[in-house]
Amino acid sequence: MEKTVNQRAWLLVIPVLILVAFSSIIPMMTVVNYSFQDSFGGNEFFWVGLEWYRELLHSERLWDAFGRQLLFSFIILLIEIPLGILVALSMPKKGFAASICLVLMSLPLLIPYNVVGTIWQVFGRADIGLLGRALSDLGISYNYSQNAFDAWATVIMMDVWHWTSLVALLSYAGLRSIPSAYYQAAKIDQAGRWSVFRHIELPKMRGVLMIAILLRFMDSFMIYTEPFVLTGGGPGNATTFLSIDLVKMALGQFDLGPAAAFSLMYFLVILLISYVFYTVMITADKNEANR
Amino acid sequence: MAAITLQNLAHSYNPDSGADADYALKEVNHVWEDGKAYALLGPSGCGKTTLLNIISGLLTPTRGQVLFDGQDVTEASTADRNIAQVFQFPVVYDTMTVGENLAFPLRNRGMDKALISERVQRIAEMTGLEADLHKRARGLTTDLKQKISLGRGMVREDVNAILFDEPLTVIDPHLKWELRTQLKSLHQEFGHTMIYVTHDQTEALTFAEKVVVMKDGLVLQIGTPQELFERPAHAFVGYFIGSPGMNFLPVTVEGNSARLKDAAVTLTDDYGTPDGDLRLGIRPEFVRLTRQADGLPVTINHVQDAGRHKFVNATLFDSEINIAVDEGSQIGPDMTRVILDPEKISIFRDDWRLDGRPVDQVGGGAS
Repeated sequence: MEKTVNQRAWLLVIPVLILVAFSSIIPMMTVVNYSFQDSFGGNEFFWVGLEWYRELLHSERLWDAFGRQLLFSFIILLIEIPLGILVALSMPKKGFAASICLVLMSLPLLIPYNVVGTIWQVFGRADIGLLGRALSDLGISYNYSQNAFDAWATVIMMDVWHWTSLVALLSYAGLRSIPSAYYQAAKIDQAGRWSVFRHIELPKMRGVLMIAILLRFMDSFMIYTEPFVLTGGGPGNATTFLSIDLVKMALGQFDLGPAAAFSLMYFLVILLISYVFYTVMITADKNEANR
Repeated sequence: MAAITLQNLAHSYNPDSGADADYALKEVNHVWEDGKAYALLGPSGCGKTTLLNIISGLLTPTRGQVLFDGQDVTEASTADRNIAQVFQFPVVYDTMTVGENLAFPLRNRGMDKALISERVQRIAEMTGLEADLHKRARGLTTDLKQKISLGRGMVREDVNAILFDEPLTVIDPHLKWELRTQLKSLHQEFGHTMIYVTHDQTEALTFAEKVVVMKDGLVLQIGTPQELFERPAHAFVGYFIGSPGMNFLPVTVEGNSARLKDAAVTLTDDYGTPDGDLRLGIRPEFVRLTRQADGLPVTINHVQDAGRHKFVNATLFDSEINIAVDEGSQIGPDMTRVILDPEKISIFRDDWRLDGRPVDQVGGGAS
């Protein structure tokens, strides 16, 4: 059979190509360009090759921020995923109460990031904040702007407060899609609460949980606004995560070259981790199905 | 094993409204005898599943009691009732292998390991799952998954009853026959009380010793397949069972004579002088197409060949009537009359069957 090839179809793709070119490809290429050059201002650039990359890979500052970033993402996943599931499990299943719960759960998600930061910044203040004042009245020393541990605790609490809802809502959707026959069969089979969770609810939530983990990982790995508003990355560099460090480098010090190289590496790391994560989950899924 | 008694049982999913129409299950009184195989037959949405879920304890009835061997279990949990139930769509535990799935109800009851594996082996043989015992339940075909569900339903020996909620809906036609046969032989072997919900009359009539016909939440008739066929208690039973269903002709009745327009049909029973909406019901199988002059005149519309029978569709005094003709016999153009077998005629008043008083042969001949 003869296939007719009509190359003119490509014309239809052009508008999108132009749009994407202006919105991402060209800006990104500019960054790539910067990352290989040095500038002393005045729009003068000198080619430096891989110098910035080499320098960054040996920079203790970057590795520290990377380590903090990984630890942060790991901790919040460890808290938010189980907590979100737990919340979803205890939410009412239908009726007015369910609607109320859904609205309340969505509220934190609707608050702008810097407002979240401000809320917690005030909430935690030892002089006027509800949390800070209460803790200091109880005799617990708590000061997120001076104590690194307190700063971490506050940033994590803030993220948990802000994003557990997302995990809970996704899990809730997953739970609601389980046909009632599964629960009925479990009753007939005299399965305990744990068995129902382990053998029915968890496997059925698998898909949404994968999405939740992926979203929360990517998002937390890029966190900027909330810790920036809360502590500005301090005390010292205690809560300087990758984004905060990047902005310091690019805007604070105006080191365009290193900042560009940093951005690209940052981007590649997120892409790589997400890709590995996704592939691992998909293949695990397939293997299990085929076993 | 137990006899299951339903006492003044009724259920509404919206009990506050109090409206009769809201009752998914209207009042029913019935004893499911120990060890019998029942079918619950009726169109979709008639309350079959509601009744089943009340028996198994997944639903608590709005009114009435459920008794197991005389003991009130209306409020008892599913586990306490010790009932097995198989659902319309396969329910398997994805995390487990086929064997673990089958063992699950036994393990939850703390049965001995050796006994469990023996029992699982047994059920696997019966359902044809032996080769798949060590496979993950996840990713199997729907057929196999439903076999697992059936197997889990049958794996416990000591259950009071096994309830099936249209379990073969998702199964391939050729497998349906095989599995139904397996269920029957299982019933004969262990003698569990079985209640089988279906909307397929063939399935109901071949599986069960007694069939319960339901419509709009109401139990219309409980009887053997033969009783349902020959003496339907309600016009719906006559219509729903048999293919095509019973013929209904508007009549007036006086004593043992039914009058259809100009013609009279002599009945075997005396019905007195009933009023209300009266209809004569007769199955296509008991209507004979003939050229005899004493038959009722019909106009033939069309003939359908259904293999063993030909079905003739005709008009008799403005009413449609189906006539079953044996495959071998010829239908001639001069066969424009029908004779109704008087033994097989039922009279319905407002859809419910009337019981007449048998007329002795000598006195009842004339009309």
